[in-house]
Amino acid sequence: MRESPQGRGAAARLMRAAAAALLFAALAGCATPQPWVKPYEREHFADPIMSANRDPVSSTYLEHVFESREGARGATGSVGGGCGCN
Amino acid sequence: MQLSAEAHSARPDSGVRLSSFKRTLLTLCVCTAPVIGGVLPEDRADVMWHYYNGGDITVEGPSVLIRKKVGDSLSFTVNYYEDMISSASIDVKLSASPYHEKRTQWSGGVDYLHGKTMYSAGAITSKEPDYKANTIYFSLAQDMFGDLTTVSLGYRRGWDQIYRDIKVNGDIINDPTFHERADHRGYSLGISQILTRNTILNFNYELLTDQGYLANPYRKIRYLSPGQGEGYTLADQVYPDTRTSNAASLTLKHYLPWRAAITGQYRFFRDTWGIVANTFEVDYVQPWHNWTFDANVRYYRQNAADFYSDLFPRADYQNFMARDRELAAFQTYTVGVGAAYQFHVPGAPWVSRSTFNLHLEHFLASYSDFRNALLAPEYGAGNEPLYKLNANVMTLFVSIWY
Amino acid sequence: MKSRIVAIVAALALTVPVLAGTGSPAPQFSLASREGKDVSLTQYQGQVVMINFWASWCGPCRQEMPLLESIYKKYNKLGFTLLGVNVEPDSKAAIDWLKETPVSFPILFDKDSKVSKLYDVAGMPSTVIIDRSGKVRVLHRGYKPGDENEYMDSIRTLVKE
Repeated sequence: MRESPQGRGAAARLMRAAAAALLFAALAGCATPQPWVKPYEREHFADPIMSANRDPVSSTYLEHVFESREGARGATGSVGGGCGCN
Repeated sequence: MQLSAEAHSARPDSGVRLSSFKRTLLTLCVCTAPVIGGVLPEDRADVMWHYYNGGDITVEGPSVLIRKKVGDSLSFTVNYYEDMISSASIDVKLSASPYHEKRTQWSGGVDYLHGKTMYSAGAITSKEPDYKANTIYFSLAQDMFGDLTTVSLGYRRGWDQIYRDIKVNGDIINDPTFHERADHRGYSLGISQILTRNTILNFNYELLTDQGYLANPYRKIRYLSPGQGEGYTLADQVYPDTRTSNAASLTLKHYLPWRAAITGQYRFFRDTWGIVANTFEVDYVQPWHNWTFDANVRYYRQNAADFYSDLFPRADYQNFMARDRELAAFQTYTVGVGAAYQFHVPGAPWVSRSTFNLHLEHFLASYSDFRNALLAPEYGAGNEPLYKLNANVMTLFVSIWY
Repeated sequence: MKSRIVAIVAALALTVPVLAGTGSPAPQFSLASREGKDVSLTQYQGQVVMINFWASWCGPCRQEMPLLESIYKKYNKLGFTLLGVNVEPDSKAAIDWLKETPVSFPILFDKDSKVSKLYDVAGMPSTVIIDRSGKVRVLHRGYKPGDENEYMDSIRTLVKE
């Protein structure tokens, strides 16, 4: 058996540590630098052509075509961007 | 007449045997709408026809998505998807019985926005005659540092039931002696960072683990047996019952001053089966009056899995053996173009925007260590030409926003 | 990283007086309006002034505008005015949108973001309500349905002063 149970457990621990670190950083947000792109400067991110997932049905399907014929999988999604309103 | 390795099954190799887990990952792109700092995703409906043709296989079908906000904090998404597979591969041609199969998939998700945090959850269920899969997922996304940064974490869990079709008296039924299971878990981390007024950088990491029956019940390996048949003998595949993979990608999206967008993505992949893969993709979007054009190129390269071989030297050569071409060493090249036309729907003021879209891709897979075993009589086992797969893909869809 | 912090501190030290929060005097400004001529805040001295920073690309801003229009119509005769400050460098999209969804209160164009910076706009949309003596009394970031009721409560109180 090539797989080591410790390998999977270590990865999950790493993920939990990363999540904790990020949440802590978020809570400590008061001490962070001022945003250098102001909310009123985000017009380009509100443009649909800059959207992370313009046509979700089509792009999901095309990713499916690749993943069913290739060995690799994962890490193709995107978050963030957008108008930053509210 | 002895048939090739590919044909030695009641059901030809459709080339679309995709673990439910992979399918759910992809469905997630549909259901977990992208987090747009502090606002729920837009209401929309999409109706699409997808079409794939390559390697003597045709797969096509509809995909319908509906997304609707309810109140100020909730957004619901429903998607129905179908794959209709028809194969004209060599074994079907020989047996003169066309092969058809249908897979249907339902998925639903909900997004809940609370301040600067988006919580998402959903489920996917996929059914085909010999494979049933169910998946649930949860994720949360948090805006921080003046909404320039978005961090997201996700978890998903899948349960598969795998059967095997056999031909009995001319009918195709599930083999009652074959019923396997596979479990999947996934953890993902995404960080998106606005760099300038025009540029955004995305980092994505995904850890996936599979456990259980991970092979394809219809495929076989072959080993060298000089003097017998075409010089090789078929045997059962032996797969490990676990797989863990890590993938990480960086995506950069940049707004060009004449109103266009260019995106570059690199992904690195590595798993416990010994596969290492690199993916490069560049995308360009150019609006022009009522039209939006896009073009993309993609290059993918992987090495073979540790237990893969096109032709093993002898029977029971090693513990694990596979001949699935998805585990071979190969490169893929893809070129795509698309056009979208924004049109007006007369007499429907509740429609804020509507587009008609067509996207075409040409896909070429060039294998370094997978041979066309159908040509063994001509070239000898192990000396057949390396396989090349050429495929055309199309998506045709209408989107409306309301 | 260090040079970024130094740059930020230096920039802050050199900026003109910016909004310090509720209770402080509202910074003065003058901007071009739809009609062409400049409009300045001093013209409205003695009135309750609501400044709404908005953009045509911002969904919640577009959602809010018709409600601001009804607030303007309701309280305008009681010594209240609303100024819609559009923050876009190119006004064409805003003007096109106003053709579809007209409003009667003054629209000003802050093309080089100088007023956005003065008022330290930290979210889209942003709403500032200034009392009759020129002091900032309400700072509201974002828009969620129901916020218009909060605005009206504040305006009712301030017009009585």
